[in-house]
Amino acid sequence: MALYGDLIRERFRHPRFRGSLAAPDASFEDVNPLCGDRIRIECRLVDGRVADARFTGDSCAIAAAAADLLIELALGEPVERVQGLGAPALLERLEADIRPSRMKCVTLPLDVLQGALDGKEVAR
Amino acid sequence: MSLAERTRRDFPILQRVVNGHPLAYLDSAASSQKPASVLEAMTRYYERSHANVHRSIHTLGEEATELYESARDAVRGFIGARAREEVIFTRGTTEGVNLVAQAVGRTLKPGDEILVTEMEHHSNLIPWQMACRDRGARLVAVPVLDGAHLDMAAFDRLLSPRTRVAAFTHISNVLGTINPVALMTQKAHERGALVLVDGAQAVPHLPLDLAGLGADFYVFSGHKMLGPTGIGVLYGRREILEELEPAWGGGEMIKEVWIDHAQWNDLPWRFEPGTPPIAAAVGLHAAVEYLDKLGMARVSAHEQALTAQCLDALAAIPGVSIYGPRNPEIKGAVVAFNVEGVHPHDGAALLDQRGIAVRAGHHCAQPLMKRLGIVGTLRASFSVYTTAAEVERLAAAVGTLQSEL
Repeated sequence: MALYGDLIRERFRHPRFRGSLAAPDASFEDVNPLCGDRIRIECRLVDGRVADARFTGDSCAIAAAAADLLIELALGEPVERVQGLGAPALLERLEADIRPSRMKCVTLPLDVLQGALDGKEVAR
Repeated sequence: MSLAERTRRDFPILQRVVNGHPLAYLDSAASSQKPASVLEAMTRYYERSHANVHRSIHTLGEEATELYESARDAVRGFIGARAREEVIFTRGTTEGVNLVAQAVGRTLKPGDEILVTEMEHHSNLIPWQMACRDRGARLVAVPVLDGAHLDMAAFDRLLSPRTRVAAFTHISNVLGTINPVALMTQKAHERGALVLVDGAQAVPHLPLDLAGLGADFYVFSGHKMLGPTGIGVLYGRREILEELEPAWGGGEMIKEVWIDHAQWNDLPWRFEPGTPPIAAAVGLHAAVEYLDKLGMARVSAHEQALTAQCLDALAAIPGVSIYGPRNPEIKGAVVAFNVEGVHPHDGAALLDQRGIAVRAGHHCAQPLMKRLGIVGTLRASFSVYTTAAEVERLAAAVGTLQSEL
C-alpha cells in the first residue's frame, strides 16, 4: 500500500520545522475546507528575508510534509520570492503524484505562509 | 442466502476493480449505488417517453406526466404518507430543508427561536442560521452527550413557547445514533413548534410510517436510497402545507397569473416551480420498488448485522477509536472511527489502494466534530449490497494502517 512517496512519509514522521516561535514577526492560520484541517505558520523576518519559520496543526501526511518542505524552501529567501512561490515548485519538492482531490493539502501551507507574509488576519 | 448475495448482481458497478482489488464500496451513506432496474427505467424513459410534464397535450407528454406522478404515488406508499399532496419532489434533502427554512423563515419574528441539535449535518443547520439571521430570530442547539446521544433533558428545557421550529436528524450521518424522533415530535408539538426531521440516513435504512410519526416536515434524498442524484422528497403534513406560502415562484406552481399577482396552484405542485427532475423521479420510483420488494425490515436487519460485525471487528484493533453508540440496535448503518496517528484522509487514501471506499473528513458536521474534539473521522457505511466479507476486508486493512504510513 505504498501510497505516498518516501519523502512525504519521512517528513510526516520526522518533520524538521514543526513547532512555534517565541516572538514571530508574522503568523497566519487557515482551514482546509475539504477536511477541516487547520495549519498555522509563524515566521521571523530579518532584513526582508524569512529568517526562521515553524508550523503547527493536526493534518494529513501530505499537508504536514508540504508545510515542512515549504519552510525549508522559504528559509533565507527574500519575502517577495516566497510570496511569488506557486504550487508547482512545492509539488516538485514533494516527489509524489498528488491527486486533484488532495491538491488543497499541498496548497494550504503555501496559502498560510503567504497569508502570514501579507499580514492577513485569522478568521474566527 | 444473505440479502447481499441476492442483491449483488443487480448492481453493475460492484463488478469494478479498483487499484487491482475488487471494489468494496463502504460509502453508501454518502451516496448509494444503483441497481440495474433504476438505470434501465431512466434509460427507457429517455428513449421512449421524454417530454415536459403536465401541460403537453400529446402522447409523450401524457406518458411523462403519468410516469412522474406515479413516482409520487409510489413514494407516498413507501413512506406512509396519507396523501399524494404531501409528497413534494425536490432536488434533495438540502433543498427540502432550504425550502422549509425559507417558507417558514418569512414568518419568523425577532425573539423567535429555532431549535436544532449539535449532531446536524450542515444541510439542516446553515438554512436555519440564514433564516435566523434574516429575521432576528435565535438558533438554539441541543448538546450531544457522551459522544453518542442527544441530551434529552436539554431538549425539554430548550423547547419553549418561543420555539417556532424544532429541526433534528432521524439518524446521525456520523454517529449513526437513531434519535427518538416520535417522542421529540410529540414534545415539540406540545410547545406549539413545527417539526422538521432530516431523514436522509433513515429512509434507506428503516421502515417508515410518516403519518404515524406526526412530524410536520420530513426530508430525504433519492441518491442515498438506490435512486439517482438530483431528486429528493419533502414530505409535509397537508394542513401545514396548505397554510404555507411557496418559497419559490415560477411556472407550474401557479393556477392563474396576472401581471402583478398570481393565484397559487394546488398541492403538491405549489412547491414545485419549473420543470421537475422527471427522469430522476422515474429512477426513484424504480428504487422504491426495489426496496419494497426486499422489504425494509429485512434491509434494516441486514444492515444492523453488518454494523454489529464492524463495531466488534474495529473495537478489537489496537489504536482504533469508535464514535457513536456501540449498540447496533440503536444505530444506523454507519460506523465512524479513527486510527491513532493516522489522519482520516491518509487512512481513506490507503484503504482506497486496497479497493476499499470509505468516507473521511468532517462529514459536513463540523459542530459535532468540535464537540467530539476531533477534526474528522473515517466512516464506513453499508447498504443492501454490502457483504460480511467486505467488512472483514475493511477490518483487516484498518489493522495495517499505522504501519503503512
